[in-house]
Amino acid sequence: MSDDIVLETRDLTKHYGGVHALEGANFTLRKGEHVAIMGDNGAGKSTFVRQITGVEQRTRGEVIFDGKPVHFAGPLDAREAGIETVFQTLALADHLDVPDNLFLGREKTKLNWLGPFRLLDYKAMRQDTIDGLNKTGVKIPNIRNTIQNMSGGQRQCVAIARTATFHSKLTIMDEPTAALGVQETAQVENIIRTLKEDGEPLILVSHNMRQVMDLVDRIVVFRRGRMVADLKKEETDGQDIVAYITGAKTGAEFEGAA
Amino acid sequence: MADTSHGTGGLTFDKSKRSWPNELNILLALVIIIAIFEIIGQVAPYMNGQSFLFDTKDRFDSIFNEARLQIIILQVAIIGIIALGVTQVIITAGIDLSSGPLVAATAMIAMSFGQTELVNGFPNPKALFGTWAMDLPVIVPVVIGLAFGACIGAINGTFIAYFRIPPFIATLGMFLICRGIALWWSGGNPISFPTESYAWIGSGMMPVVWFIILAIIFQLIMSYTVYGKHTYAIGSNEEAARMSGINVRRHKVMVYTIAAMLAAFAGIVLSSKAVTAQAGMGEFYELFAIAMAVIGGISLQGGRGSIIGTVLGAMVLGVIRSGFTYIKLDGSYQLMAMGGIIIAAVILDQYRQRNKA
Ligand SMILES: Nc1ncnc2c1ncn2[C@@H]1O[C@H](COP(=O)(O)OP(=O)(O)OP(=O)(O)O)[C@@H](O)[C@H]1O
Ligand SMILES: [Mg+2]
Repeated sequence: MSDDIVLETRDLTKHYGGVHALEGANFTLRKGEHVAIMGDNGAGKSTFVRQITGVEQRTRGEVIFDGKPVHFAGPLDAREAGIETVFQTLALADHLDVPDNLFLGREKTKLNWLGPFRLLDYKAMRQDTIDGLNKTGVKIPNIRNTIQNMSGGQRQCVAIARTATFHSKLTIMDEPTAALGVQETAQVENIIRTLKEDGEPLILVSHNMRQVMDLVDRIVVFRRGRMVADLKKEETDGQDIVAYITGAKTGAEFEGAA
Repeated sequence: MADTSHGTGGLTFDKSKRSWPNELNILLALVIIIAIFEIIGQVAPYMNGQSFLFDTKDRFDSIFNEARLQIIILQVAIIGIIALGVTQVIITAGIDLSSGPLVAATAMIAMSFGQTELVNGFPNPKALFGTWAMDLPVIVPVVIGLAFGACIGAINGTFIAYFRIPPFIATLGMFLICRGIALWWSGGNPISFPTESYAWIGSGMMPVVWFIILAIIFQLIMSYTVYGKHTYAIGSNEEAARMSGINVRRHKVMVYTIAAMLAAFAGIVLSSKAVTAQAGMGEFYELFAIAMAVIGGISLQGGRGSIIGTVLGAMVLGVIRSGFTYIKLDGSYQLMAMGGIIIAAVILDQYRQRNKA
């Protein structure tokens, strides 16, 4: 049973000074499973993501990834361990173009003995970018264009293509379709379905009920920094979830927590 | 699926409207400024039809007035070397005010290990140390000078990256510290009479040679290496750079260290060129270096700018300086004009950025 757990958090907690943004989260994710995290604005969803991905250091608790307790010093550690993330803030460099952003922090290089002055392999990165975009079906008019000249939706597509281009043990997307049009949203949902087919596990933070019910196996609800429900899709519906989000209901196993 | 060239809802990309590089604008400005001086020279009655750009007396069997061109580049070469480093710092959205005094401090320190023992058969009257420090191979003062610069830069970078002191404040502090070091090193006395090989470093057109070599090296580094890419990424979006796994702090320390080493090298070249080192050297150099980068189209918000731009910015400053001398307007007008040009450059650039894309 515990063999097929990809990610587990125990009592994961984050305080920003007096703000208890995340309190005692016990979360598990199994192989190939797609789980949605829902909750109102400020419920602690992004905070949860940031603790898992090493962007911030947790106040308390444990993160067990791939069978081992992990302490990621930074996002690069998490990525090297196999966690790819689309952050809510997208984390793109505005003055750089698409391949630059896709490969930022993990550039393809030549003459590696030159250390920090090793040469960028622009050609290979450009080719991989085109392949990656084709694979994910993301459409960008011109990959040499800098991010600052792109629409919000295009930026989001770049951020998503970045995670989908690289194989990973776990993909996390924090509100990936928040700024997207109908077609782009459909594209992203297709990328997510591809991940499902490939058996790659996913954590999807989303406010979109239809999307969540369409895509995932399980829904976890956060409220005011605490996990208040852990629901199998078959055993719940939109109204039920809304009740948990708003606080009208709290899961039996979470009583006393919230 | 294979076609990524068309957005579903967005605009398609028009190759003919590819925004032309910022550097071309600066080049254009440079040409216009030269043309203005040329016209003034031809038209103004007191100039007697002299030419700014062309060789009127036919001294060198060529059409251009090479002597003037050489002087223009020579005048800006040493500050230009500093500006190459300042450019990298500003691309990370930082600033380095310490480079002028660092030039002086390095000049003093390096020259004190580059003195010659006998001057016309007599002991060096300006000797700072005993004979053990005399007539050392030129590599010794150069390495000591660069190492000193590296230390200062590493300290700047550490305060900025690890202690989160704003770059303006950290390097302002270092500005005073370095000027202090320059004065303290020899108790305010100038240091003179370098060895022949030390004097060679900055002799004749050598400052220009160094400037051009270093400019080419750093242009390549900024465009084609991981170091360059990360420097732009940090200035563009520091948070994104961090989330992408770039060690932002370590990288910033590296950038400030490289910038300070360039300033230190400028100090070595300057002391060699002047054949003496004085504590007051390099006054306002840090500001002129920043001005070169700014005229060259850099953004103080970071993420944008280039070494080529800065080289052109240096040329603009050089041409203005030389041009004002040529039309016989004295230094006070030069300063006012340079100030005006710096402000105009920023206004034009902002206007251009707003109308882009
Ligand atoms: N760096 C920070 N310092 C202080 N408080 C913070 C910080 N980051 C987040 N918070 C607080 O923590 C709480 C949870 O924030 P979080 O970003 O996790 O919400 P969220 O569930 O992702 O909301 P949204 O749906 O709007 O993205 C909020 O009250 C927020 O104000
Ligand atoms: Mg959020």
